[in-house]
Amino acid sequence: MTHALAFIEISASGEIRNTAAMLIAAAAQLGTPVAVVVAAPGTGDAVTAQLGALGAAQVYLAETDTAGSLLVAPQLAALEAASAALQPSAIVLAHSIDGREIAGRLAVRLRTGLLVDVVDVRSEAGNVIATHSVFGGGYTVEATVPGGGPAIVTVRQGAIEARADATTATLTTEAVIVDAASAAVIDAVHDAVVATDRPELRGAARVVSGGRGLGSQANFALVEQLADALGAAVGASRAAVDAGYVPQTSQVGQTGITVSPQLYIALGISGAIQHRAGMQTAKTIVAINKDADAPIFDIADFGIVGDVFTVVPQLIEALGTRAE
Amino acid sequence: MKIIVLVKQVPDTWGERTLNTATGQLDRAASDAVIDEIDERALEVALQFKDANDAEVIALSMGPSSVTEVLRKSLAMGADAALHVQDDALSGSDLSRTAAVLAAAITKSGFDLVIAGNEATDGRGGVIPAMIAEHLGVPSMTYLDSSEIVPGSIRGVRGDEHGTVAVHASLPAVISVTEASAEPRFPNFKGIMRAKKKPLDVWSLADLGLDESGYAPGTEITRTTERPARTAGTKIVDTGDAGIQLAEFLAAGRLI
Ligand SMILES: Cc1cc2nc3c(=O)[nH]c(=O)nc-3n(C[C@H](O)[C@H](O)[C@H](O)COP(=O)(O)OP(=O)(O)OC[C@H]3O[C@@H](n4cnc5c(N)ncnc54)[C@H](O)[C@@H]3O)c2cc1C
Ligand SMILES: Nc1ncnc2c1ncn2[C@@H]1O[C@H](COP(=O)(O)O)[C@@H](O)[C@H]1O
Repeated sequence: MTHALAFIEISASGEIRNTAAMLIAAAAQLGTPVAVVVAAPGTGDAVTAQLGALGAAQVYLAETDTAGSLLVAPQLAALEAASAALQPSAIVLAHSIDGREIAGRLAVRLRTGLLVDVVDVRSEAGNVIATHSVFGGGYTVEATVPGGGPAIVTVRQGAIEARADATTATLTTEAVIVDAASAAVIDAVHDAVVATDRPELRGAARVVSGGRGLGSQANFALVEQLADALGAAVGASRAAVDAGYVPQTSQVGQTGITVSPQLYIALGISGAIQHRAGMQTAKTIVAINKDADAPIFDIADFGIVGDVFTVVPQLIEALGTRAE
Repeated sequence: MKIIVLVKQVPDTWGERTLNTATGQLDRAASDAVIDEIDERALEVALQFKDANDAEVIALSMGPSSVTEVLRKSLAMGADAALHVQDDALSGSDLSRTAAVLAAAITKSGFDLVIAGNEATDGRGGVIPAMIAEHLGVPSMTYLDSSEIVPGSIRGVRGDEHGTVAVHASLPAVISVTEASAEPRFPNFKGIMRAKKKPLDVWSLADLGLDESGYAPGTEITRTTERPARTAGTKIVDTGDAGIQLAEFLAAGRLI
């Protein structure tokens, strides 16, 4: 079986990002999974056991002093080297901000085909077949990279639920040379401190989103209370983001995050087409809106024409009673 | 300072967007085509620099003849010139080919800075700017929430899934900007009149010295299926117990 590389993002402090499990599983669907990691010399060994536990047969650790000081160039050099050494059939990355930039440059550098934002991958007669969900889930498109060269694939975060079996990974350490001339420089990294134990929006099984109908940042707490009562992630419409009720990272829709949960509850959201594009593949959609003509009702499995400030507290209470 | 702004024509997100299920390609006739909102912001970033500095701003787009409208709007907003890469052989281009062609046009035109949108609302790939940068052999900084052009270099703040990263690069470079960047200006009457006299050049593949061969092996669409439209389910008007009814609905569906 050929190799399939999974590019693992790690934080400035050396922790594996939470897309690792999904990426190793995706690589395992395409070949023998090799996790590729970039770290400053002597700092990366610690992740080997963790990546093995996530299913990586091998860890390819690329060491460079530029890890953390140059933007994407170290990662590109690492994947270029790993690809030359292992001749993989596929290179899988997260469709994250970094993943996209690395994948785009890598596809040009290796002169090979690029499949982006895929929601599933499989191998058929040696070819990588990727499934895309486009126009807000309105269409499913399958595509492949014909001819030789590794297929470069970016996977939508949270889209693949499969997990690879744990194993003990072997470790290969290589020093890589990074071309600094065509690279941007990192001046400072500010990872936001997430002081919440709510599930992450991407890949969440339940999502409660609030819109402009919440009226204020203070009132938006109601969305969070319902989310906590359901063990759900918190999302928002762009209008709620623009009004400053929540950070941009909560935005669901066309230009925000695409979610596909079991349950999506829209509170005070009209259901503009750009919002629906990010949530209409949810299994069950619930909407609460004052306006009986709000377009969100066209796609809701359970719609309530009512005021969120009366319906939601009653719902939270009813959920509490049931839980007892 | 020569700034090239990449503007893409996309189907209006306010309308229904349709794919041809036989070819997997966009059915252009089925929806209104507009300049992608994000690219208006990219143009705004360039125009704000031009407002205060000596700069030439060129809008570049690859696409069918309808793209002229998008370029006219860019000129009306304040771009100095427009470039349109149009060739029948480009119909149905994938990411690899789009990036190669745009990079060739940028090289031919010459540039100090390329500004693109972070991701197009139709494809949502968000990779074209990085691919172009690799073709050009220059630094890329994508997904900038804010940016500042300083002599010889550009710096900005990139928002990612985890927080923010402050970055800089020497020019020439390619950047892409997000929705958090400048609110685009509206073209005024004077701008619209002036746009009519500004140059709008159309280049074919031959003009770029490219032919149909010589591209990276691209991608091939093997199947396109349409998801059945969603339909409305139960809709109730709250008469005092809607919250309780909803709890029952969730319980019945094993959602709690
Ligand atoms: C290119 C482009 C990209 C976009 N991308 C996105 C995107 O990614 N995500 C996104 O969400 N939007 C996006 N939009 C914006 C989108 O068009 C809408 O403007 C936005 O979704 C509206 O948000 P909203 O539903 O919260 O606000 P509104 O449309 O103002 O709706 C508020 C709703 O709240 C209801 N309401 C008010 N008070 C109450 C109450 N007390 N109880 C119950 N209901 C109440 C009202 O009846 C109304 O229906 C995009 C737009 C464009 C042009
Ligand atoms: N055909 C095109 N013509 C001009 N610019 C484009 C084209 N395709 C993509 N771009 C630019 O690249 C950005 C990101 O596009 P994408 O990578 O397709 O999501 C867009 O916002 C545009 O600035």
